[in-house]
Amino acid sequence: MSSSETLSVEEQLAAGQSDDGIVRAADGTPLKARLAKALRREKLRSFLMISPLLLFIVFSFLLPIGDMLFRSVENQIVQNTLPTVVEELERWDPASGELPDEETFAALAKDLKVAVEERIHTRLGSRLNYEESGFSGLFRTTGRAVKKMESGPYKAQFIEADKDWGELRTWVILDSFKAPYTSGYFLSAVDAENTAEGVQMKPENERIYLQLFMRTLWMSLAITFMCLLLGYPVAYLLAQLPARTSNLLMILVLLPFWTSLLVRTSAWKVLLQGQGVINDILVWIGIVDDASRLVLINNQLGTIIAMTHILLPFMILPLYSVMKTISPSYVRAAKSMGANDWTAFWKVYFPQSVPGIGAGAILVFILAIGYYITPALVGGTSGIFISNRIAFHISTSLNWGLAAALGAILLVLVLLLFYIYDKIVGIDNVKLG
Amino acid sequence: MAALPPYASNTQIAWHYGFRVLCAMIFFFLIFPILVIIPLSFNAQNFFTFTPEMLRLSPEGYSLKHYEDFFTSSSWQSAMWNSLTIAPLATLLATVLGTLAAIGLSQSHVPYKSAIMAILISPMIVPLIISATGMYFFYSRIGNFLVNDVGLPLDAVNFAKIVLAHAALGTPFVIITVTATMVGFDRSLTRAAASMGANPVTTFFQVQMPLILPGVISGALFAFITSFDEVVVVLFLGTASQKTLPWQMFIGLREQISPTILAVATIMVALSIMLLTTLELLRRRSERLRGLSPS
Amino acid sequence: MKHKSLLLAAAASTALFSSTAIAQENLAEAPCEGCAEEMTLVSWGGAYQQSQLKAYVEPYVAATGVKVSFDESSAEATAKLRAMNEAGNVTWDVVDVVASDAIRLCDEGLAAELDPATDLAEAPDGTSAEDDFGNLRVNECFIPQIVYSTTIGYRTDMVGDNPPTEICDIFDTEAYPGKRALQKRPIDNLEWATYCNGTPKEEIYEVLSTDEGVQAAFDKLSTIKDDVVWWTAGAETPQLLADGEVVMGSTFNGRLFSAIVEQDQPIGMMWDMQSFDLDGWIIPAGLEESRMKRAKHFLKFATDTQRLADQAKYISYGPARKSSAPLVGKHEELGIDMAPHMPTDPANAGNVHNYDYTWWADNRDDLDAKFQAWLAQ
Repeated sequence: MSSSETLSVEEQLAAGQSDDGIVRAADGTPLKARLAKALRREKLRSFLMISPLLLFIVFSFLLPIGDMLFRSVENQIVQNTLPTVVEELERWDPASGELPDEETFAALAKDLKVAVEERIHTRLGSRLNYEESGFSGLFRTTGRAVKKMESGPYKAQFIEADKDWGELRTWVILDSFKAPYTSGYFLSAVDAENTAEGVQMKPENERIYLQLFMRTLWMSLAITFMCLLLGYPVAYLLAQLPARTSNLLMILVLLPFWTSLLVRTSAWKVLLQGQGVINDILVWIGIVDDASRLVLINNQLGTIIAMTHILLPFMILPLYSVMKTISPSYVRAAKSMGANDWTAFWKVYFPQSVPGIGAGAILVFILAIGYYITPALVGGTSGIFISNRIAFHISTSLNWGLAAALGAILLVLVLLLFYIYDKIVGIDNVKLG
Repeated sequence: MAALPPYASNTQIAWHYGFRVLCAMIFFFLIFPILVIIPLSFNAQNFFTFTPEMLRLSPEGYSLKHYEDFFTSSSWQSAMWNSLTIAPLATLLATVLGTLAAIGLSQSHVPYKSAIMAILISPMIVPLIISATGMYFFYSRIGNFLVNDVGLPLDAVNFAKIVLAHAALGTPFVIITVTATMVGFDRSLTRAAASMGANPVTTFFQVQMPLILPGVISGALFAFITSFDEVVVVLFLGTASQKTLPWQMFIGLREQISPTILAVATIMVALSIMLLTTLELLRRRSERLRGLSPS
Repeated sequence: MKHKSLLLAAAASTALFSSTAIAQENLAEAPCEGCAEEMTLVSWGGAYQQSQLKAYVEPYVAATGVKVSFDESSAEATAKLRAMNEAGNVTWDVVDVVASDAIRLCDEGLAAELDPATDLAEAPDGTSAEDDFGNLRVNECFIPQIVYSTTIGYRTDMVGDNPPTEICDIFDTEAYPGKRALQKRPIDNLEWATYCNGTPKEEIYEVLSTDEGVQAAFDKLSTIKDDVVWWTAGAETPQLLADGEVVMGSTFNGRLFSAIVEQDQPIGMMWDMQSFDLDGWIIPAGLEESRMKRAKHFLKFATDTQRLADQAKYISYGPARKSSAPLVGKHEELGIDMAPHMPTDPANAGNVHNYDYTWWADNRDDLDAKFQAWLAQ
């Protein structure tokens, strides 16, 4: 590419077009072209530097995660298990208030017989059980009964096998989840549900997720703020001290890192609990009465203390590495021109440390928002995060669709906050894109 | 800050010492839990409790049995070994790829910069449990292909899965810390080097690298810890022969309290103090040898 | 004459007994044609896994030379099995899970169905495996090993001369001030609350099937909500009791046995309304034939009458076969009789709560959401 370009420039030169007012570089090529070429080369070079990681992340991470998050809308199981029933239900009007006709029941018998043969009918039962309690049992008992159904009429036989087949509600649910894609998981994830009267909020005593999202956000912000409050002075001290002292003190920052997260969380339990070390010391000194020991754990305070401790190095290290690059001559210059200590710090030093704050705050905030092991151990009921519920739905209830929906919402929230952060602080300050 | 000038006012002196007391308290906060772990690891009982015997400092309250357990149990030993092989490899991969990409991104005129950045740091944003399940499917498919169709040994493939997954989780840390140090980087330095005839590779290692090194090191450290302390992904991706330390600790906390995990933690703390002190002593020695005064 | 026939009968029964005992010894040595030579067992780790290792894994390995590796992933078994199944990469051969997980796995088609007549060993007296396990086989996929119970432990030094004797004492904050530890899930807690609301034991699930019943149970739990420390891992309550952090708490009876008898902690045990639960084996669905054969061969041996009785030497969980109960012996190290520490011992099982798996399989998702919402209020 470059050789053909040079050739064309040489041709231009040969044609004697040097007096056209174009600014040229030493070798006679127009400067604009040279710059554009340099720019292209620079772009190419940065692209080559980025692409290995980009490809690695896209293939090993993004696609698999996308696949996982896609489960939040995917709902082909109803169609795949009961294809004929889904077809028959097209003719049925759920608002009619009547049960589907005999043909639909015959289709149900046909589909279920195949499904029982393949042992997939209970899988559909546990899928629909997420929407309405009882479907699990309904499909389990019906699966056993349907083997014995030889000929119609089927309607009565089904209702005899399980009276739920005679309930309108059963069919309404089946009808509303027959489409291959569903908004059901996302609705559940924001405490709403699809009812006959359209989308509505769930009853008061079943709402959890919105509250958990809010709590996760504000507690992560509180933890980030605490980390900044504690991390900035330490990073500042470390950056100012001579290397031999600061490197020794740095060991104190790094030590917690070498201690497993699980161990540190357990240690905080030993420290914070009612009969724990801190309360014992306070009682021994006499600040706190033995009968009214402080409640420091199994609440939000416990989560904030333990997580601030765990994430503090993630704030200190980026701050320190940025502060290390700040030349002391700027502050000296400011002071020499009459600024007092505070002004010199606030007007000159602090703005230069902002990239470190940005990087540290983002690290801490994002890590905090996704944590679940620590909140589960020290957070009690009021100090747990949305990730605890995601983990529950992945590993215990197997409701992966809901877990994916909650995860997707969390992801969007974080990206949204990034965007706002960019608008307010300006991402150029942190260089995050 | 380093030393108080002789002309400092009373307020400045108060600030100076007040600030140091504040920092001392924060340092104490950082190591307080570790100070608790160390004595508890010598507990004679199988609980995380300061027993009355321990508080009286009587010898029967203490024992080395948890250390014995660690050194004699094959599962702890293999867990240690697994962690110590997986984490450095994952760190190396994450640091090289991450630093390269961060430098590439810091050039001006990179198209779609924010989108690329968002993609690159996504492993940090997605809740771990979702990443773990998602990555499981991907790595299983690739793994099946490599073992059944290409004929690679199963153990090597399983090992590579965890290293790659941990590397993916570690790269955002490298990117963020390195980009943060790049902000203060004076681009005229590389231009100066280039104008004096240095090729890009020389410029990178001689000029750019030393300046962004603090960022690279802290990024590498984060990447290392991400792998070394990671339990969620390894629970999904790992097979029984690949138990890492955190996995083994997780087992030791769940069904039955095993203070062996405290003994392991204490050993790790002792090892890292030794490692970091040695590094510092070596640094001072090389400074002396090069005739530099300690900075 | 009478005398003689009795003797004869006794002799005959011993003969019968020893001959079947020999037959059972040989179960592990019975030829296993086309079986895989390696297998991965999944269990819980800790003392429980140790009891399985001693009681039947080591004998089986000694007899067959199969290479067995353990994976302590039972807590994540449901999720991991589903992921393995979807990825077409099932690496486990035999998996230890609790009954409710077994129901979920079977419903999802992730566990293989087993036929008790061919896949399980008969009792020494010839009773079929189906009858010997009885209704503890909660579905076609599950082979129960042990009966364990969730029960209440309390600090003996914190309750004075008036130790708790019945389950409703957990709701009595006046007689027993202090925190209590309960498991962070609706199961057991809702039943105990309903029972202490005055509902007869037999009607608990009937009441809990109504919205009013559920509300009443939550209202009862609300009376102690501020005094509860919620636990999730089995190790937590013994630790909390050892610290004196709670005055009483629910946990698995084996954990309390270990804290009281093996660790000598000042803890007492209250068996009233203990909630029976089951732990057992499943084989993942879709194993290739040689591995499936090996898994079945192992399970037939590991769940026979003698092996289940042997397991009780190491841990205080009751064997799931009726025929194993009389064979339960002494603790392997401490030499104490294990029978009185079994949840199934008549002295302990005076008033028990039989947890209804199928009811919970249907209602778990719904009640769990309500429970979480209640916790968050």
